[in-house]
Amino acid sequence: MDVKELIAKRVAKEFKDGDVVNLGIGLPTLVANYVPDDVEIVLHSENGFTGIGPAQSGEEIDPDLVNAGGLPVTIMPGGSFFDSAMSFAIIRGGHLDATVLGALQVDEEGNLANWMIPGKLVPGMGGAMDLVGGAKQVIVAMQHTQKGTPKILKKCDLPLTGAKKVSKIITEMGVMEVTEEGLLLVEYNPEYALDEIKAATEANLLISDNLKPMV
Amino acid sequence: MNKQITIEEAVSQVKDGMTIMIGGFLACGGPNKIIDALVAKNVRDLTIIANDTSFVDKGIGKLVVNGQVKKAIVTHIGTNKVSGQLMNEGKMEVVLTPQGTLAEQIRSGGSGLGGVLTPIGVGTPIAEGKDHLIIDGKTYLLEKALKADLALIYGSKVDEKGNVFYNEATRNFNPMMAMAASTVIVEAEEVVKTGELDPHLVMTPGLFVNYIVKA
Repeated sequence: MDVKELIAKRVAKEFKDGDVVNLGIGLPTLVANYVPDDVEIVLHSENGFTGIGPAQSGEEIDPDLVNAGGLPVTIMPGGSFFDSAMSFAIIRGGHLDATVLGALQVDEEGNLANWMIPGKLVPGMGGAMDLVGGAKQVIVAMQHTQKGTPKILKKCDLPLTGAKKVSKIITEMGVMEVTEEGLLLVEYNPEYALDEIKAATEANLLISDNLKPMV
Repeated sequence: MNKQITIEEAVSQVKDGMTIMIGGFLACGGPNKIIDALVAKNVRDLTIIANDTSFVDKGIGKLVVNGQVKKAIVTHIGTNKVSGQLMNEGKMEVVLTPQGTLAEQIRSGGSGLGGVLTPIGVGTPIAEGKDHLIIDGKTYLLEKALKADLALIYGSKVDEKGNVFYNEATRNFNPMMAMAASTVIVEAEEVVKTGELDPHLVMTPGLFVNYIVKA
């Protein structure tokens, strides 16, 4: 299985029936494909609706309905439209159960950096700061390293998107929870030895007493 | 009173140096025909308040490419490479703002409020220089209200009184901007006679709208 699919599939197990969820652009978007049949989640799009459906297809594209990445999509039965103020009231106000985002860096205190690299890449935060600061659960879904360079650090050195907000990190190597004591590996991918996972992680990795295989 | 004007009459109200709110999310639900006319008129030194700077060949993106924007207060510039170039060259000032914060700054501007207190951005670079207030033990940033000389919004169906219905995801920032500017011009996809838009479906009451331009 493709690494991104593997990560998305594991993230999809995080949700309870009825959860309201916002999926970031890129890998996190794939998560929607793997939600178990007995779990119904409500997908929130920060430009102003719930019930994100599949991408539009065919020759007649409706320009009035795009997702937060600007791509034409559909809305599922039971969906709803709203303005940007309500959209972010949902996010900040404790009405969003989870958000899944990628990261440039994440650290053992739950700090997340994913909106700029000074002098190189400054796209802006869009809705990411609100999502990280407002969602009840912030799940970082990403490949464990950037081509071998650790992204899970002791301390982020890029500008933060949110301070101490990450609840969980899910990569192809395992599942880590941010705890008071530090970063706790609770599941691991048996394709990797524990030493390999530790070596790919700059943060101090605590190993759970109940460590389980991930896949 | 007759609120309908031509697109030429609309752009004649736009002067160099104005602060303009522009609705839309990546040009979805944006007053894109009025913007095209602004590009042709070549008004300069504009301060734009909007969600994003769109794409190089769409909506606000064209104003940026044509060098008409002195300052952009937006949440995201990553889809328009010229925005980043102009920012790096010091030719356009960019104030990056979290999306939910921008929505509330505009909403409060139109609601007689001085601003909002939000926890979003605490501990990140955007908190620098802003007042921090601790309310019941939680830290908030004071984000001041935003107002504009002019708001250019989009409406899917607008009646002769200026009542606006927004289709699907075109609502986004339009309703807040309609409240926060001295003059409000709506670009209407469809104009209907007074009485033909069900009052239940009105999302922006006509009292906020000064002028209607048929797209």
